[in-house]
Amino acid sequence: MGKEAKGAVVSQLMIDARGVTKSFGTTLALDHVDLQVQAGTVLGLLGPNGAGKTTLVRILTTLLKADSGVAKVAGYDVESDAASLRSMIGLAGQFAAVDEMLTGRENLELVGLLYHLEKPERKRRAEEVLQRLGLEDAADRQVKTYSGGMRRRLDLGASLVGRPAVLILDEPTTGLDPATRIDLWKFIEMLVADGATLLLTTQYLEEADRLADRIVVIDHGHVIAEGTAGELKDQMGADVIEVVVRDPDDLDRVSPLVADLGHGTPVVDRSRNLFTMPADGRVRAVVEAASRLDAAGIEIEDIGMRRPSLDDVFLRLTGHTAEDDDVAGSPGTPGALRRSSR
Amino acid sequence: MTAKTTPKTTTQAPLASGDGRPARPITPRIALIDIGGITRRNLLRIIRTPRLLVFSSIQPVMFVLLFRYVFAGAIHAPGGSYVDYLMPGIFVQTALFGGASTAVGLATDLQGGMVDRFRSLPMARSAVLAGRTVADLVRNILVVLLMVIVGLLVGFRFHGTPWTDLGGVGMVLLFGYAFSWVFAAIGLIVKDPETAQVAGFLPLFPLVFASSAFVPVRSMPGWLQAFANVQPVSVTVNTVRSLVIGGPVEHWLWQSLVWAAGILAVFVVLAVRQYRRL
Repeated sequence: MGKEAKGAVVSQLMIDARGVTKSFGTTLALDHVDLQVQAGTVLGLLGPNGAGKTTLVRILTTLLKADSGVAKVAGYDVESDAASLRSMIGLAGQFAAVDEMLTGRENLELVGLLYHLEKPERKRRAEEVLQRLGLEDAADRQVKTYSGGMRRRLDLGASLVGRPAVLILDEPTTGLDPATRIDLWKFIEMLVADGATLLLTTQYLEEADRLADRIVVIDHGHVIAEGTAGELKDQMGADVIEVVVRDPDDLDRVSPLVADLGHGTPVVDRSRNLFTMPADGRVRAVVEAASRLDAAGIEIEDIGMRRPSLDDVFLRLTGHTAEDDDVAGSPGTPGALRRSSR
Repeated sequence: MTAKTTPKTTTQAPLASGDGRPARPITPRIALIDIGGITRRNLLRIIRTPRLLVFSSIQPVMFVLLFRYVFAGAIHAPGGSYVDYLMPGIFVQTALFGGASTAVGLATDLQGGMVDRFRSLPMARSAVLAGRTVADLVRNILVVLLMVIVGLLVGFRFHGTPWTDLGGVGMVLLFGYAFSWVFAAIGLIVKDPETAQVAGFLPLFPLVFASSAFVPVRSMPGWLQAFANVQPVSVTVNTVRSLVIGGPVEHWLWQSLVWAAGILAVFVVLAVRQYRRL
């Protein structure tokens, strides 16, 4: 709603990055990355750990200089207009970057001061953010007494104090337990409903699917796909046939037997004895596949047809199950880019 | 503030509404506001970890007791009273060791993402470093005052005029402040608090112990004297000594001022450059 009232920012590119390239030593972190975000929309930047998401965020927020390429945020160039740019953005990073020795209110008022708001205004905004985030009761407690979810909410709140034209959230829910994650999603959805322009990086397909208008998939510093969640799923074809075999040794025998029933490259996930293949033909294909596998003496645990998920898209695009670069370390991480969110 | 009693009927204006306005140019006044904000934040942190303050004060007190009562008999101080000789050295040592917390504090902020947050705000870029070192200066004032009291309790006496005595304490604080920029650079380079803690003390040991802080330099071997006579800690301790217990002030004062200014000039540039490059 607010967007129309502001006028100036309607239907313009709030983030416009072209050919952004960055290396660290011999590692090419970003290779000619293009990224555009329209005002009032949410772009989900999706990719596994080490894909280059954070590097891109750091360049867009002036924390890091690109080797080459041009990037503008809210109309300001990251190099030549860095100071103005910073006054237009709100950044919430992977860490809850709030001071745990200060109270929630003190944290927000400090950020307000650093945006050079007058004292009454920064008190007002801190109060407003605390209210909207449901942190009023904890406002005057030191942050060290907060739960992980409360800290993330406060961190998000800190990025809102400056009323940013563009909000950049770098993996806002990484490491949170599922309930807290959903809680944070609801808040982000509220901001989105307000018309915020948002760049959100995530390794969770579910998160991108739920929050983003458009998704850019990035892997090893390259943009490998972009579109709406629907468009990306459509790239997979109509449906996906899925077979789980009992004996892992049978996994390689599945493909030759059923390949002609589908189209596109089959994908095998050995950790779960899972075979996936884009296919049309609905029930007939499933029945046919089941009878062929049965005739070949392959024991089937599960077989079925389903709509493709973003997991399938990612798997097809990157050719890896993302397990090699998964952040399996964080507990409560529900299958980051793993084929489990179905 | 009154929100709890009077339910606000604020229109739920969009939070990320894009009211962000182009940055004000960073005038000296704006920079001072930013430095003030960061300083206040760091001071609140210090005040709210009183245990750290207590325990970090115990160490210098132990040093006083150690040298005053254990080593004093073995050390021949010029002029007779070892406690008068010792305390200026302890003051300088205390101010320097206190500066190590600048390195740890900055590295902690780096690791926790606070520095990223600050760097993404339209604030003066100098404020994070200046606010840190100024807060540590304030803490150093308290700790040095505490050491003065401890010194008085164990028999130390000021022998100067009120002005030279005050000047001596001021010199201690100035030197400590200059050195906190060395620690700022170290903290930004090593980037993690544990390493910063250890790395911070590395330059301190040779400077503090191979100096005139605790023993007369002429009791050292010749090759070490060459270093100990000219290095900044000795020069500063000699200045403070000459100010508070008497001595050739004019000989030492300018040297220690040059050292402090030189350290500031080099390490402010180094730390700021490192900060910009993060």
